[in-house]
Amino acid sequence: MAGIIAYGGYIPYNRLDRKHLKEAFGNPVPKGEKAVANYDEDSLTMGAAAALDCCRNINPQTIDALYFATTTAPYREKQCAATIAAVLDARKDVRTADFCNSLRSGSAALLAGLDAAKNGLNVVVAMSDCRLGFAAGTYEASFGDGAAAFLLGNENVIAELIDCHSVAADFHDLWRSEDDKFVRSWEERFCISQGYNQFVTQAVTGVLKKTKLQPQDFAKIVLYGAAPRYQTALARKLGFNPDQIQDSLFSAVGNAGTANVPMMLAAALEEAEPGDRILCVTYGEGSDAIVFQVTDAISDLGPRRGIKSYLENKKVTMNYEKYLRWRELLQTEPARRPPQKRSSLPDMYRNYKKNLPFYGVKCLACGTPQFPPSRICIQCQAIDQMEDYRFYGKPAKVATFTVDYLAESLDPPTIVAVVDFEGGGRMFCYLVDCEPEEVKVEMEVEMSFRRLFVVDGIHTYFWKAVPKII
Amino acid sequence: MARGIKDKAAVIGMGCTKFGERFDCNLEDLMIEAVNEALEDAGIEFNDIDAFWFGTFTSGMAGLAFSNRMKSQYKPVTRIENMCCTGLDSFRNACYAVVSGAYDVVMAIGAEKLKDGGYSGLEVPAEDSDRTLPDLTAPARFAVIAPAYAHKYGLDMKQMKQVMARIAWKNHKNGSLNPKAQYRAEVPMENILKSPMIASPLGVMDCSGVSDGAACAIITRSEDAKKYRKDPMYVKAVQIAAGPGHSEKHQSYDFTTAWESYYAAQAAYREAGINNPRKQISLAEVHDCFTPTELIIYEDLQFSERGQGWKDALDGFFDLDGGLPVNPDGGLKSFGHPIGASGLRMLYESWLQFHGKAGKRQLENPRLGLAHNLGGQPYSCVVSVAIVGNEPG
Repeated sequence: MAGIIAYGGYIPYNRLDRKHLKEAFGNPVPKGEKAVANYDEDSLTMGAAAALDCCRNINPQTIDALYFATTTAPYREKQCAATIAAVLDARKDVRTADFCNSLRSGSAALLAGLDAAKNGLNVVVAMSDCRLGFAAGTYEASFGDGAAAFLLGNENVIAELIDCHSVAADFHDLWRSEDDKFVRSWEERFCISQGYNQFVTQAVTGVLKKTKLQPQDFAKIVLYGAAPRYQTALARKLGFNPDQIQDSLFSAVGNAGTANVPMMLAAALEEAEPGDRILCVTYGEGSDAIVFQVTDAISDLGPRRGIKSYLENKKVTMNYEKYLRWRELLQTEPARRPPQKRSSLPDMYRNYKKNLPFYGVKCLACGTPQFPPSRICIQCQAIDQMEDYRFYGKPAKVATFTVDYLAESLDPPTIVAVVDFEGGGRMFCYLVDCEPEEVKVEMEVEMSFRRLFVVDGIHTYFWKAVPKII
Repeated sequence: MARGIKDKAAVIGMGCTKFGERFDCNLEDLMIEAVNEALEDAGIEFNDIDAFWFGTFTSGMAGLAFSNRMKSQYKPVTRIENMCCTGLDSFRNACYAVVSGAYDVVMAIGAEKLKDGGYSGLEVPAEDSDRTLPDLTAPARFAVIAPAYAHKYGLDMKQMKQVMARIAWKNHKNGSLNPKAQYRAEVPMENILKSPMIASPLGVMDCSGVSDGAACAIITRSEDAKKYRKDPMYVKAVQIAAGPGHSEKHQSYDFTTAWESYYAAQAAYREAGINNPRKQISLAEVHDCFTPTELIIYEDLQFSERGQGWKDALDGFFDLDGGLPVNPDGGLKSFGHPIGASGLRMLYESWLQFHGKAGKRQLENPRLGLAHNLGGQPYSCVVSVAIVGNEPG
C-alpha cells in the first residue's frame, strides 16, 4: 500500500510581527507573525532543510526519486530537485523533477510521488515557497515562508493513501507573469466565490463519493485557505466541525504558498493517532483532495523537527526595514569592498560531494577526518589514502569566532566561526540565525544549507553553521 | 645541512618613501623616490645595478611593471609576489643572486599603490574556485586570535583589549617620531579602546593602515661592500616558511600562534647563530597588521615565553626604551602597510639605527635588527624573517 513513510518540515528562524507592516503603512493587518526566510535562504534551501528533516535515519541511497514543488524557484531554467537530491546524498540514478508555477504544484508533486510509490519507488517530495506580495498589500502581510517534505513508498507507511480526486480549471485569480516579482490578483470576491469555494467543493465531494466517507469520518481536514476566515467558512459549509479543521499556520507562519497544505499535513501527522483519517485539500487552478489513513507505524517514527519544533525555534525582533533589505526590495549603499567574484562552475562541479552532501575525507593511514577533501593528509602527508567522510549531522562546536563589520552582507555584521566537529575535522564558516552577542567559544552548532551569494545569476549554495536547535 | 648565507651578503644603500595616502603619486613616482635615495646613499648609478627583484602584491604584473617605469635597459627583473612577505622575499632572492656570484650588484625593491582602488581595507585578488570557503576580510582573519588567546591564558576580554590597545599605543608613539610614517600622531589609550568595531574585538585602531609606498635595498657580496662604503649592513639570516594549512583544518591548533612564524624564526636564528633572541636582538620590526598579531609574534619569535607576551607588552618591555624595542619605526600600524614595500621598510629601520640616523627614535649601540613579515592569516600563512647586523661575525 502506497503512502507516507516519513515527513519533515522547515520554518525559517526569523519572524516578522505584522504590526511592523501597520507601523510602516498604517493599513490594518492581520494579527500574528510571518515567517521570513533569512537573507541567505530561498525555496531551494528551505526545501533541502525539510527534506533532510524528513530523511533522518533513512539511508539516502534508498531514495529512488525526488520531486520538488515551488512557485518561487531560484532559477527559471535549472532544476532544484537535482540539487536537493545531491544534498540528501541520493544515488546518481535518482529520478528528479520540479513542479512549478501553481499553488497546486505541491499536491501535484505529492500525487505524482504517490503514483511512483505504487510502482515500488521510494520518493522524496519537498515543497517550499518564498513568495512576495506588493509593499503595503494584503499578500505582503499574509504570505510567509516555509517548507515541508515527505518520504513516500509502499512499505512501512505511517499514512496510507486511500484515494484522491482532482479538479482542474483555467481559472485566473492569482498570477505572476514572467517579469513579475510580486503576486498579482483579481478582486477577492471573484477569487473566493467563483474559484476557491467551487473547486474545493468539487474536489472534496468527489473524493467523499469515491471513498464513501462522510465528513465525520475524518480526524482532520487539512484545507488550504488564503485567510483563516475563508478556510473555516468553507470547511464548515462542507460539513466539518471547527475541531476537525487543521490550523492553517496563518498567524504563526503565514500562507506559505504551495508548501502551505504540505506543512499543515506534516503538522497534522505530528498529532495523529493510528486509524485517523486525514483529508488533505489544496487549491490553485482547481483543487486536489487526498484521503490518508494513519497506520500503527506512526508510533515507531523517530523524532524529527517537523513543524512543531520549528514553530518554537524563532526570533521575532526583526523590523520591516530588515525584511525589505533581505529580499533586496530596498537598495542599500554598497560597501566599499570589491565586487563578489562568481563561482567557477567547473570547480563547483568537481567539488559536488563537498558542496552538496557535505563530504570531507578521512585518512586511512592516520584516521584524521578533514575538510575540505584533499588527496594529501594534513596530518601525516599520506597520499591517496583517503576515504569519503560525511560531516553532515556530526555534532559541532565553535572553537573561536569574530564578528566582521567590514564584510559586505545583506545582514551585517557577519559572524565567522571556526567549527570543530566531534570525532575530528575543522572548518571556517559563517554563523547565521544567531545574534552577535550570543556567540560563545564552545557553543554547540549544526550545519545548514544556505545560499552564499548570487553573481551573474549563478546561485552559490553551501553550508553555514547555525546554533544547534534543541 | 646547508650553512646559510650569514655575512655573505651586505646592503650598501637603502631608500624608503614616506608611506601614506599618496594620492599625488603613481607607482613610478614612488619607485623613483625610493631608488634615488638608495643610489645616493650607495654612491652608485642606476645602470651600475646588474639585476632587480621587484616585489609587489597587486600593483603590477611581471618585471615589466618595474622596467617600463624605471627604464632599466634589458636587465634581469624578477617580479616577486608572496603576499605580505613580498618585500622580504625580494630581498632574500636578491641576496642569493650576489652570494651565488651570478651578479655583483643587485637591487631588491618593493612598491605598492593601494589607495587607488577606492575600497575600504585591502583588496585581495580572488582565485577561480567554487568560492564556497568564507571570504574573510583581513581583520576577521586575525581577530579570531584574540578570544582564543584570552581564553587560553585566563584573560577576560577587557584585559585582552587593554593588551591590544597597549601595542597600538606603543606603535603610534614610535611612529609619531618618524617623519616617514603614515600616521604621525600619538593616540591616547582611551581613543584606541573606544574606536569603532571592525571585526570584534578589533576596533579600527587595532588595524594597520592601507598605504602607498616603496622601499629598496642595494646589495653586494660582503667582501665587495667596503668598496662602496665603510659601514655596510650585513645579512645574518634570511628565511621564509610557508605552511601546509594544518592549523585551519586540525583541532590541535588553538589560535594562539602562527607556526610559520615559529619555524621561520627558528631557521633564521640557526642561520644567524642566535640562541637567546630576547637578549641578543637589538630591535625588531614585526608584522603588526593587527594588534593581536604582534602579541603572538612576541611568543612565536621567543621574545617572550608562551603566555607571557601580554605581560611583557603591558610592562613596556617592547617600548622604545624597553629591553627589546619592537617596531621602533611605528610598525605597520603607524608607518603604514604598502604590502610589497613593508619588508624592505622594516630593514630600512635597522639601516637608519645602525647609522645613527633614526632621529628621536635612535637606540643606543644597536647591533642586530630583525624583520618579520606574515602573509595570509595566522592559521595558514607564509612568514619571512631576516636578521641584519652592523658588523660581520
